[in-house]
Amino acid sequence: MDPSAPSLHKHGSSMASNSSGSSSDRQRVAQQRLRIIAGHLQRPVDEEAAVLAAECKAKGSKADVPKVTEEKTVPRRRQEIMKWNGWGYSDSRFLFNKKGQAEFTGKRYRLSGMIIPGLKDWMEGTFGASMQHKMPATPILNSDAVKPPTLNEAFVDDLKSTSIPFSHDAEDRVFRSHGHCLHEIFALREGKVGRVPDMVVWPNCHNDVVKIVELACKHNVCLIPYGGGTSVSSALECPPEETRSIVSLDTSQMNRILWIDEKNLTAHVEAGIVGQDLERLLNESGYCTGHEPDSMEFSSLGGWVATRASGMKKNIYGNIEDLVVHVKMVTPQGVIEKSCQGPRMSTGPDVHHFILGSEGTLGVVTEVTMKIRPMPEYQKYGSVVFPNFEQGVACLREVARQRCAPASIRLMDNEQFKFGHALKPQVSSLFTSFLDGLKTFYITKFKGFDPNRLCVATLLFEGNREKVLQHEKQVYDIAAKFGGLAAGEDNGQRGYMLTFVIAYLRDLGMDYYVIGESFETSVPWDRVLDICRNVKARIVGECKERAVQFPPLSTCRVTQTYDAGACVYFYFAFNYRGLSDPVHVYEQVEHAAREEILANGGSLSHHHGVGKLRKEWMRETISNVGMGMLKSVKDYVDPNNIFGNRNLL
Amino acid sequence: MTSSAVCSHRDPMLKKRDDFEDMLEERRNSSDLRYALRCYTPVVYKGLAPCKANQLKNMVLQSEQIHYVINQVSKEMGKAVDEVQEEVSSILEEMAQRLQLSTVRFFAFTLSKVFKTLFRSICVNEEGIQRLQQAIQEHPVVLLPSHRSYMDFLLMSYILYTYDLALPVIAAGMDFMAMKFVGEMLRMSGAFFIRRSFGGDKLYWAVFSEYVKTMLKNGYAPVEFFLEGTRSRTCKSLTPKLGLLNIVMDPFLKGQVYDINLVPVSISYERILEESLYARELLGVPKPKESTSGLFKARKVLSEDYGSIHVYFGQPVSVRSLAQGRVNRCQFNLKPRHIPRRPSEDIQSFVNDSAYRLVRAQEENMVLKPWVLLASLLLQNHHQNQAEGQKRGITLDELTESAVWLRDLSRHYGAFLHWPDHTPPSEVVASSLSLHQGLVRISEGRVQLALEQGGQAKPEKPHSTITPEEDLLSQAVVVLSCASYRNQALHVFLRPALLASAIHAASSNNKQDIYNSFSFLRNMFSNEFILCPGATIEDFEEACFLLVKTGALQVTQQEVVVTERGHRTLTFLTSMLDPFLQGYQVVCRFLCEEATEALTEKQFVPAVRKFIIKHLLAGRLRYSEVLSSDLQKNSLAALLRLGAVRKIKGAEQETLKVNQVMVNSLEDTLGGKLPTQKAAVARL
Repeated sequence: MDPSAPSLHKHGSSMASNSSGSSSDRQRVAQQRLRIIAGHLQRPVDEEAAVLAAECKAKGSKADVPKVTEEKTVPRRRQEIMKWNGWGYSDSRFLFNKKGQAEFTGKRYRLSGMIIPGLKDWMEGTFGASMQHKMPATPILNSDAVKPPTLNEAFVDDLKSTSIPFSHDAEDRVFRSHGHCLHEIFALREGKVGRVPDMVVWPNCHNDVVKIVELACKHNVCLIPYGGGTSVSSALECPPEETRSIVSLDTSQMNRILWIDEKNLTAHVEAGIVGQDLERLLNESGYCTGHEPDSMEFSSLGGWVATRASGMKKNIYGNIEDLVVHVKMVTPQGVIEKSCQGPRMSTGPDVHHFILGSEGTLGVVTEVTMKIRPMPEYQKYGSVVFPNFEQGVACLREVARQRCAPASIRLMDNEQFKFGHALKPQVSSLFTSFLDGLKTFYITKFKGFDPNRLCVATLLFEGNREKVLQHEKQVYDIAAKFGGLAAGEDNGQRGYMLTFVIAYLRDLGMDYYVIGESFETSVPWDRVLDICRNVKARIVGECKERAVQFPPLSTCRVTQTYDAGACVYFYFAFNYRGLSDPVHVYEQVEHAAREEILANGGSLSHHHGVGKLRKEWMRETISNVGMGMLKSVKDYVDPNNIFGNRNLL
Repeated sequence: MTSSAVCSHRDPMLKKRDDFEDMLEERRNSSDLRYALRCYTPVVYKGLAPCKANQLKNMVLQSEQIHYVINQVSKEMGKAVDEVQEEVSSILEEMAQRLQLSTVRFFAFTLSKVFKTLFRSICVNEEGIQRLQQAIQEHPVVLLPSHRSYMDFLLMSYILYTYDLALPVIAAGMDFMAMKFVGEMLRMSGAFFIRRSFGGDKLYWAVFSEYVKTMLKNGYAPVEFFLEGTRSRTCKSLTPKLGLLNIVMDPFLKGQVYDINLVPVSISYERILEESLYARELLGVPKPKESTSGLFKARKVLSEDYGSIHVYFGQPVSVRSLAQGRVNRCQFNLKPRHIPRRPSEDIQSFVNDSAYRLVRAQEENMVLKPWVLLASLLLQNHHQNQAEGQKRGITLDELTESAVWLRDLSRHYGAFLHWPDHTPPSEVVASSLSLHQGLVRISEGRVQLALEQGGQAKPEKPHSTITPEEDLLSQAVVVLSCASYRNQALHVFLRPALLASAIHAASSNNKQDIYNSFSFLRNMFSNEFILCPGATIEDFEEACFLLVKTGALQVTQQEVVVTERGHRTLTFLTSMLDPFLQGYQVVCRFLCEEATEALTEKQFVPAVRKFIIKHLLAGRLRYSEVLSSDLQKNSLAALLRLGAVRKIKGAEQETLKVNQVMVNSLEDTLGGKLPTQKAAVARL
């Protein structure tokens, strides 16, 4: 669902030492896992809030509401804990300290409070960035920059009578006017605000949503559902041509697990719950969904469904479409849901697939029944170094062919490998640094790997201990056939860490004239190498053509394997000093890169979605008839375009 | 570095071209042996996967493409897979190059000796070399030299070796391989051999194309081939052949490489070694089979002066930028890329357009020597005098005056003319004439074509036994040789000449009428000259621009008027095109009068030749260059393209079916007897 992001991977290795399968141990494991996850959070978890089979809270007294929100990760006023113009928690950010060393602040993450000695050199070397040239962000939102809301008085009056909380405070509105595309964040950093929602509502349950949608239909108000706000497809941008009052429907307060069915291994969950809460609460009962998109700290279940999200451990647990058993969505035509929870049905086209990927254009997903699994007893990271990217891809292909992919397997190219290296925190002992030196010597000198060509695959195994070890051996054996050398758990773990810090790093880059973003695609196996080479080269070429003065960082990694292909991620960043309109240049290059992806047999998106950013390619992607099919669904379900975010079509 | 700007500039005068350096100069001053043995370390493609010539064969054998075709062929023919595989191996064996540095060094030594005796200088644009060096590192490179002589590809490799550039692998015709020993030598200097025709042979095509693509994709070496397909016997560029260009563009279109650099190379010879050989071949003396002994017989050429060679390495053309906005590469998304399939229509037209642009790029950088202008003038003078029964030849002063006039005109048209400006024009003319003394005679201060002695053709034959026909043919050898020099300048004058002829043919000054006429002629001659498909309006505008610029025309919204001082230019231009106009008319005449039901394509040339000889002898036709089989074949191709003649599959062979009405009306339109039909052409 998101480019970037945070994650819970770090607890993995500490679990690796636990090895028992007994149920009391299982609980201990769960407890431990819970403690670790809790460490991410600002506030301690209220144990009582864990699993509720509650009725809609909104029906209760008003006084309850603030109490409940307090216990949750995501408060109504997000700006209290999160940055309004950057990624993630306000207390966590990269900065260069007085000694000029990079440091990550806060206490939430493993990297928090650590010094990253290599980062400065890497930034200077890779981008030509300089500590002397700083471009700080506007610290505080100037409310004057926000246009006063256009309110639909009748709607507001009716809404008041439902006692569903709402706000037209400028900060609340601005926070919900964007996702995390480069141009969105860049504008916010400059204090520029475009069209923002006119008000924000916080339904507490399915019935609240039903009421809001009814009122919106009645008063012709435009609704834009808002989950975690981690979109990278301009999906949350308010269409500038929209003249009606725009109401942002923030689902964050619908965040309870309503029931868990251990017989069928399913859980029924409100769709506003964010990934970290869902995992935490399920873990307490010894379960997990295993759905871990990189953005899972902030992205919501409803958002996953609406964008066809993918999690890094999909090899074991599946992508969102494999996990969903039942969905409830409120549309202007009423509520859509299936009548039973059979595991598979032959009842015409699956209506779930109108909902999955609908990107908020048809309605609001309110409740989802999801598959759950018992928590894995054992997790182990790993990594393999390959002499070059070609060999690495060949290995991944073979792993996919033998269908023995670990929970996660990712292949980083050489530039990303170096990037990962630059993010190594300061080592505490001489011995460790000596060991590192020895490893480097072994790989580059003894094995003859070219440090400018080698690349690394990171692995995460999960399951029963014996099987994990067996599985691990199988994968390393395959890797060996392609010249791969096992490179230890640390490298693997750091690789996964890179995933979540990169979003924070972008903010650091922007402080020093470096802008960047990632985008993804899926592509058949035989095209993987070609697409990686060509898209990277296209990015470099386009930057040159557009007079970008410093060579860009243009790098990629293969992040998912499938039977018939893979998911590829591209990272692109450059130093924009000397450019008058860097965002425009960035967008042109990204546009060209997407054209290149499509010309090389890649898809428009693997899991980020289309939003408004990639709309122009939809017709050629799904054909005229395909567009017609989707349009006719939209026309039936939402004839007055109440869900008017104008994504997708 | 690379550019897509292959198309001509708006004002050709402004074209910027590099300077030349004589690479033989150093050879004359230092040891050839040391040169041949020197350290050779060329820069290579940045994505190079180093491999040996033999490994290439294995890579081809193991490729998915070949596997697929082997299985397909084995199923279709009911042969065992092993058997087909054997076939593939032997095709590869026959085809593959075995590039060896030692052989190249041998050639470097011997060619140094040969070149120094034959040529005064070999001039190369060193900036072009630098561009090429850059291009080789960035992307796989395809070298596309013009093809006027056997020398071409040895010369290319020689130059690349000299400048420490990667040696190319060269697509050569199988006929070279038949030359014992020499074939193997060529193979070891990088030539790979392809059969001249393998139309239906799926397996051969697959192996061949995979072999070329493998070398290209891996950056093994620059791939060199001749867009024109064969040596141009007439020295005018031949319409491009698309097979190999299709193959080398394929890896880009399918995304297997990021880009490919196409480098047009223009090789201009001041005097072509095969000069009279070509003329005789065009007149119907069949081409001798390439043989080693034939090559040695050619030794007598060693004693003559062949002037200088100019080699211009053009701006590399990126296939990516050519394809930008032209080709939708998504079309390869839905079928595995290794399964061979016919290129789609848009790709065919893209490759075709690109090929024409590239040949144009070759033409534009061809260096013209003063003699080329002299040959044009002398030919025109010859035909004029012949018609008017005047005294033969032209005085040296007149010739010099005309040459200077034509020099200035051609420069205005953007010709790449190498006229020594610091030498008095009379000296320039004199030295040009002396280099080509086989073709011209100066007697009594008058210059004329050397027709009396029958040129160089068979002087040993007793005079008495020469029949009028033989005499005609021997004169034609000289005329055709001369025409081959004039042809080198054709691309400079072509568009204005088409316009001049259109003005001549059109009944009025009306711009639309003239455009229609222009368009008709352009269409008619598009097998004869390099005219980019679909660029009629651009060509018309370019022609107008040039003629207006030089003050020969006034063009308004409605009208095109020839100015007083424009007559000389227009007369010159129409005379330049006239032999072709007449030639096409004669071919039409022949088809209407003499073509029988059973006429096959094979019989066409001899029959039409007989017909033309008859007309020439009877004095009904004045251009003996119409005897050129090249012109005859091109006109037939044009008529086939226009549907005036059709090929009918008969029981035994294909025959030509003539649409008398259409051919007749084409002939009349060419002769200016019929107005061009408006419906048939696009409006301005």
